[in-house]
Order: sequence, then structure tokens, then C-alpha cells
Amino acid sequence: MRIALVGRPNCGKSTLFNQVAGYKAETGNFHGTTVTFTESKVRVAGQVIDLVDLPGTYLMSGSNPAEAVAKQYLESREVEAVVNVADASHLAQSLELTLELLTVNQPLVLALNMMDEALRLGLKVDGPGLARALGLPVLPLVASKGRGVRGLFLAALEAAHQAPGERLKPAATAQERHVQAQELAGRFVQPGARTLTWRDWLDDILLHPLWGYVALLVILLAFFQTVYGIGRLLEPPLLALFDLMTLRLTAGLGAQGLILALAVGIFQGVSAGVAIVLPYLLPFLLGLGVLEDVGYLPRVAFLMDSLMHRIGLHGKAIVPFILGYGCNVPAVMSTRTLEEPRDRFIAAALATLVPCAARLSVVFGLVAFYLGPLAALGLYVFNLFVIALTGRILSGLLPEDTPGLILEIPPYRTPTIKAVFNKAWFRIREFVVEAWPTLIAGSAVLALMNFFKISSLLNWLAWPFTWLMGLPFETGVPLLFGILRKELSLVMLGQALGSMNFGAVMTPTQLFTFTVFVVFYVPCVATLIMLRRELGTKGMLWITLITVIVALAAALLARFGLGWWLG
Amino acid sequence: MRLIDAGLGINLRVVGFDGGGKFEERLLQHGLYPGDQARIVRMAPLRGPLLVEVAGREIALGRGVAQKILVEALECA
Repeated sequence: MRIALVGRPNCGKSTLFNQVAGYKAETGNFHGTTVTFTESKVRVAGQVIDLVDLPGTYLMSGSNPAEAVAKQYLESREVEAVVNVADASHLAQSLELTLELLTVNQPLVLALNMMDEALRLGLKVDGPGLARALGLPVLPLVASKGRGVRGLFLAALEAAHQAPGERLKPAATAQERHVQAQELAGRFVQPGARTLTWRDWLDDILLHPLWGYVALLVILLAFFQTVYGIGRLLEPPLLALFDLMTLRLTAGLGAQGLILALAVGIFQGVSAGVAIVLPYLLPFLLGLGVLEDVGYLPRVAFLMDSLMHRIGLHGKAIVPFILGYGCNVPAVMSTRTLEEPRDRFIAAALATLVPCAARLSVVFGLVAFYLGPLAALGLYVFNLFVIALTGRILSGLLPEDTPGLILEIPPYRTPTIKAVFNKAWFRIREFVVEAWPTLIAGSAVLALMNFFKISSLLNWLAWPFTWLMGLPFETGVPLLFGILRKELSLVMLGQALGSMNFGAVMTPTQLFTFTVFVVFYVPCVATLIMLRRELGTKGMLWITLITVIVALAAALLARFGLGWWLG
Repeated sequence: MRLIDAGLGINLRVVGFDGGGKFEERLLQHGLYPGDQARIVRMAPLRGPLLVEVAGREIALGRGVAQKILVEALECA
């Protein structure tokens, strides 16, 4: 038995999916977040169902890739019943999709979600009347609180076993269906007095021409402050623990030579994941989930639209940038919500230049630790400047032909803890499953290469770059391994230079130049894989080339600029 | 009149679009049709987008988009 969930963006479809399926779907309050469909086995009323969460569809006959995916799926694969999730608080818009689905020859059930929201707006929805008019089972639902979920699936199972009854004939064109949907909503929804709520009052501040930006700055600062605060709290004890364990390990094994080198290498890979990356990544993803589900991100897009136009994109492209500070992988994934291929390419290229949590650990470990927090802040400002400049150049090379921003601003919603944790877990899993093994393997390989003294070969390979940037010859290996995972650049720098006290073996200019190069050059393997999936091999190679050029230019600027400034 | 020139808070009706088929399709997908009632709720500064209320929903429209939407003002009821 396979049931498909279909609904407009922001109708709560993914919330419903998460209620029954657990961690496997990503949800968001930013339209089009569910861009790839997710399938999961769920148990409902003693029966196992394959539940499919389809991409946010505005209308079935759409042209954006996410919409094409949904249409293809419903037409091509065996689906036994379709559950159409509608937003009861904005029924007219939701019914347009329902009218289109009436022509799909599949058992269909309509779920009126967000009944609580509709009630809050003073709307009275006549479900039974609507059911008679459409010729479909119509069920009330509050997916965020899990109310009405069981009843909905029981109705869907029942519908799947019955021949569809006589349905309403939808109008032929989109324009006529729009009118038809409004008539239906007019007949079955009684409007109430809409009172000004705290939400309107909140938007008065958060979207204010002046206070909106102040609030944005405060919110993002508080966000990053909290994330890094938690990270800084967790990292030292974890690192100390792992150092102690490394000591015990070397003493306990009593081994020498190859085995010891390998064991220490593997152990360093494990500890880099646990002690350096996770303390920052986990709070970041949790915080981001809250911002997403509250509905703040589309408002950021509204505020930042004019600024983003200056680098040749529009407001929606701000999301990959914000995501990029956590991890470039979801950042590149989120470029899918942009309509134009040109916008997707530029946004992906720029998002990979955003220093992610892994690169943050390098910035903190080298620049903030040895040169002070002001230098780290300077690096972030410099990074923004380079991104803006790159955006200007790229958008000059690829002229814009899009009219600009069209984006629905959803009402604020209280995020559920379950959804936020599910989403964070989903993203963390990507790191644990895909990136961590590479990290451990890379660490082991490097330990072996050090043991057999073949790392000098790689150093010669990277020599043109390290020579240009005035970096120690041995930094070639950490830089090459940074392509596996960015934090390896830091972990392996210690191994390569034979000292963890970087301040003693590198000059301040060298430390800064090294970090600048690490921040910009070739995105990590996981990001590269994602770039290829989103933009194809050619797009991936172009972005790789662009990042190398940008990194080299920025590093040279840092080397000579800083060298001149420090005398 | 173009949407961009209609002032804040005035009740409007969408009359048509002036940006080609693809542009029109995008607006239709976002639930903005000729005949719909609309009202500009907010404007972002520095040539930023407009926040337009259409049928109880709020949609952000860039200036370039608002330039290509034709509207007429509704009489006060």
C-alpha cells in the first residue's frame, strides 16, 4: 500500500509526514523546502503503509523543477491513494490544487489542516458540505499537534479499497479553476472578524524599514552567540578527554611503529568529529530549525532582497547563505528553490564561499586563538566582501533576466520540538554517516603517509600554491586533505608541522593567509558531490575553478596586505 | 496604473500582467490572478520588495515584479 501526500508549500504536509514517519523527512516553513520527495514505512491502524511526501507544489502544471518532480511521480509510479493536505486557514488557494487533483484517477482524500489556525482567524469551515460538493472524503487535521492524524489515514485506507465516487468536474483552465476554488471557499467558509493579533504587531517590528534590520542583526548575533557559546563550552572538555585517551592509548598499546601511527591517526579522526565539529554543528542545526519553523527565514528574504540584488540575486537566495554558515551541503541543496538555473549557479557558487562550521573551527583554532577575536571578526568581514565582489563579477558575466522576488510570507508558527529535533537529527546523520568516515579514513591515510615519509610528494604537488602564498612547505598536505573535510586542515597542520603550538612555527601573516585560503578554496568532498547533483559535473567543475581562483586571490591579498600593514 | 505606483494601504484590483507568458505563469502559480483584490501592506527600504496582501495571504514582490503588474484602485465602499 502506497499513499502519497500532496499539498501546497506551507500547508503542513511535511509536519504531518513527520508526525507518523519519524525522522526521515525534512520540514520547513520556507516554501519548497521539501524539494526531494521522501518515502517512509509507517504503521497506521495495524497496517504498514509506504508514505510518500511529495515536493511543495503550487499547482500540478508548474514549471519549477520541484513541481515537475511531483507531477512525474504521481503519473509514473504506483500510488494507491492520494492525501491532499490543504491549509484550512487559506482554503481558496489550497482548493486550486484539489481541483487539479480531481482529474488524477486515484482515490483521493482531502485533509483540512491548520484548523486551529483557521479558528484563530475566526473562520468557520463547513467540512461535510465541502465533502458533498467535491465528492471526496474531507477530514479535519491539526498536524502540528497530531490531532486527526489517525482518522485521516483510516479514511485514506478505506478510500484506497473503494471505487472513487462521482466527483465534481473541475474547470478547464487555471484561471477558471481559480474562480471555481474561490466560489467553493466562499460557500463553505464563513469569514469571521479578523482581529489584529500579536503576529501583526510582531511584523510591524521585524519587517520595519529600520527596526527590522536591527532585529535581524540582533537575532542573528544572538543565534551565533548562543551556538558558539555552547560550542566553546563543550569543546575544551571533549578535546581534553580525547587527548587523555590518546595518551592512554599510546601507553596502553605499548606498540610502536606502524600500528601505533595508524591507531593514533584513526583516533584523531574520531576525536576531530566528536570534539571539534559536533559541539558547533548540533546547536547550530537546532537553532536553524527553530528559525525555519517559526517562519522567520522568508522575512529575512524580504528584508535582504534589495541587498541581494546588488550581487545579482534576489531575496530568496539569502537562505543558502545563512545555511552555509552551518554546512555548505544543505546550503547547496536549498538553491533548488530558486527558479532560474543562472540564480541557482550563482547562489551555489557564493554559498560554497561561506565559511561553514568546519571552517569556523579552523578560523577559531588558528586566527581567533593566536591573533585574537578581532582578527577573526576581520576575517569574516573580509569574507563577506570577497563574496559580494565575486557575486558582482559572476552576475556581470551571467546577466540577469529574472523579474525578481515572488515569495509567500507565511504566518508565524510555533515550532514543535519534535519537528526541530527531527530535522537536526536528519542533517546530523548526513555528517555522521557520510563525512565522518571520510574524516577518519583521511586521518589514517595521512598518519600512514607520514610514517612512510611520502607526504613530501604531496607537498611538492601543492608547492606552487604554498610558495605563492609564502606558506611553509609542509602545509601542502593539510591543504590537500582539507578537500576531504575542511577541519582536517587544522588537525593535520599539527601533524605536518610537528607542533600543535602553531604560533611558534608560523608567523601571524602565515596563519592568517593559510586560514583565508582554507576558507575559500575548493569546497569539501560532500559539498562537491552535492554540487554535482544540483548543477551537473560541468557546474561543479566551474565552481571548483572559481573557488580556487578566488581563494588564491584572497590569500595573496591577505599575504601582501597584512605583510605591508604589519611592516 | 502599475502596482509599484499604487500607494500603501489602498485597496486594489489586479487587472493584468505585462511581462510575457513565463512571468504570468509564475504569478499564477503563486496564486495571483487578474481580478484578485490586493493591498500593499509594507514596503522594504532601499528599493526593496513590496509586501502585498492577496486574499488573506501575504506575498513579497520585488520592485521589478511590481512594475509589471497592472492594477486599478477600488472605490471606497
